[in-house]
Amino acid sequence: MIRVVRAEWRKLRRPTLFLGTIGVTGLLISLFTWLLFKSTEPGQRSRDPENAISPEMFQTTSGAVFTLAQTTYFIGTIAYSVFAAQTSQEYTYGTIRNLLLRQPGRLKLLLGKLIAMKLFAMIMVGIGALIAIGLSVFYAPQYDIDTTLWFGDEGLKEIVNTLFNVSISVFGFGILGMIMGILLRSAITTLALGLIWLMVVEGLLLQLARPSILAWTPGSQLQVVGSGGTFEYSYSHGLIVSGMYICGGAILAATLFSRRDVAN
Amino acid sequence: MHAQAIALSVQDLSKKYDSRFAVSHANFEVPLGSICGFVGPNGAGKTTTIRMLLGLISPTGGTGQILGHSISDPDEYLKHVGAMIEGPAFYPALSGAENLHVLATLGGFSHERVAQVLATVGLADRAQSKFKTYSLGMKQRLGIAAALLPDPKILILDEPTNGLDPEGIQEIRDLLRGLADKGTTVFVSSHLLSELEIISDYIVMLRKGEVVFAGPIQQLFEAQQPFMLVRTENASDLEKIVAIAVADGHKAHIQSGVAHIEGPADWAGTLNKKAFEAGIVLTQLSPQLPNLEETFFEMTGDKK
Repeated sequence: MIRVVRAEWRKLRRPTLFLGTIGVTGLLISLFTWLLFKSTEPGQRSRDPENAISPEMFQTTSGAVFTLAQTTYFIGTIAYSVFAAQTSQEYTYGTIRNLLLRQPGRLKLLLGKLIAMKLFAMIMVGIGALIAIGLSVFYAPQYDIDTTLWFGDEGLKEIVNTLFNVSISVFGFGILGMIMGILLRSAITTLALGLIWLMVVEGLLLQLARPSILAWTPGSQLQVVGSGGTFEYSYSHGLIVSGMYICGGAILAATLFSRRDVAN
Repeated sequence: MHAQAIALSVQDLSKKYDSRFAVSHANFEVPLGSICGFVGPNGAGKTTTIRMLLGLISPTGGTGQILGHSISDPDEYLKHVGAMIEGPAFYPALSGAENLHVLATLGGFSHERVAQVLATVGLADRAQSKFKTYSLGMKQRLGIAAALLPDPKILILDEPTNGLDPEGIQEIRDLLRGLADKGTTVFVSSHLLSELEIISDYIVMLRKGEVVFAGPIQQLFEAQQPFMLVRTENASDLEKIVAIAVADGHKAHIQSGVAHIEGPADWAGTLNKKAFEAGIVLTQLSPQLPNLEETFFEMTGDKK
């Protein structure tokens, strides 16, 4: 198992993938952090009063990681893409044959790859958290936001909790990517379908104000987990719904991967 | 054949897709330390058989053993098997060496081995180049290098000379012979029958999923009718040569200005003498054994 993790890590650590992914994640978090702070300005808030971001939201004990929690969906989408591409390209390139020759235990191979990619996602979330917290500390005084509660005992606890929730959520997105990669065995199809679903379909459902459907979609409920619960959906609801998708998909993918002929 | 001398064997091995047998009740054995040519036209079932041997696909029926372990337990024998199947497959964005390091890590092989196998296949100077920059021949060499990583007891190669130039083919041929001399069993499929004829001790011949011959290559040729090629100074004398052969009980025909006469090599002297007595000047009299390609077509009933 350790050998599988180390072998997978050799692929994940290549600069174009590692630095590229971390770079994109950092840029997205930086952009959203700036936008979220910007949206606390009175002129911005008036546009959509119901979902407005207020300075008070930042002044709570979870203020330091508020922007991190809000960007979970996007970090998750990146994790989906990385996990999906790393899994499905084994079929696209035909390298799955080499891997199975050197590690015939298919479930061991799958689990080892998953652990390595989780490690990758942890680093991604960790660096993302540093950027989000660092930029929040930088922007707070510019928007007259009081940071007194951010790094007290309760604030630190909130940072740990949010990091935990965001990590679970991002792993969830990643595992969904891996499941889709195994089921579809094509990098292009896996990425296209996944991204269309996460970025377009769930986005449209949100715009069309269909909360009853979003209560049961994987992306929105993983975001709920990352945010530690929202006004509409509880944390436990998010965990149960997204957990059902992940467990069901993982059982299906593991069964198929362990039994299916590798013929391409 | 002694049980311990078998590197690889299959019994009634079959693979069926829908109603079509890709491999049908295949039976053969490959002796330890031999070079076994796995011969058959495209679609004969060679790659499917190799996939079953490597645990990549499950047989529909039958069994097989590699180094004494059932092919249903690839965990038990794959650490001693090197293989390249369906061409070289690597990560384009990684260098040749890094690709091998990934496999060495996964298989638990020493990383020093990577440099050794790259040198063996002549890729040491391009080890740090990305795989996507390799030529077809270099990719093929890297595939063979990957197969050599475990210092295998059995090497299974699917069309290893694809894309190689004549010099590269010669090098691979020498490499395989060298490995066999050290005791490695080499199981190699190719559509280049002339290549296999040169290096193989043993042949498994497949046609439409069925094994039509499995055994030592000499046994294959001995079962075939030797023949001789005859040319005469005057083309019109070829008819007389054919008549002499037929009178002596040999099958003969003329093809492209050459008489083809079935018969053992020691009958050539008799023919020469009879031609001389008939006043026919022979410009060529060459006893031949059928080559692998001719034998293959003869045995499978396929036309060239």
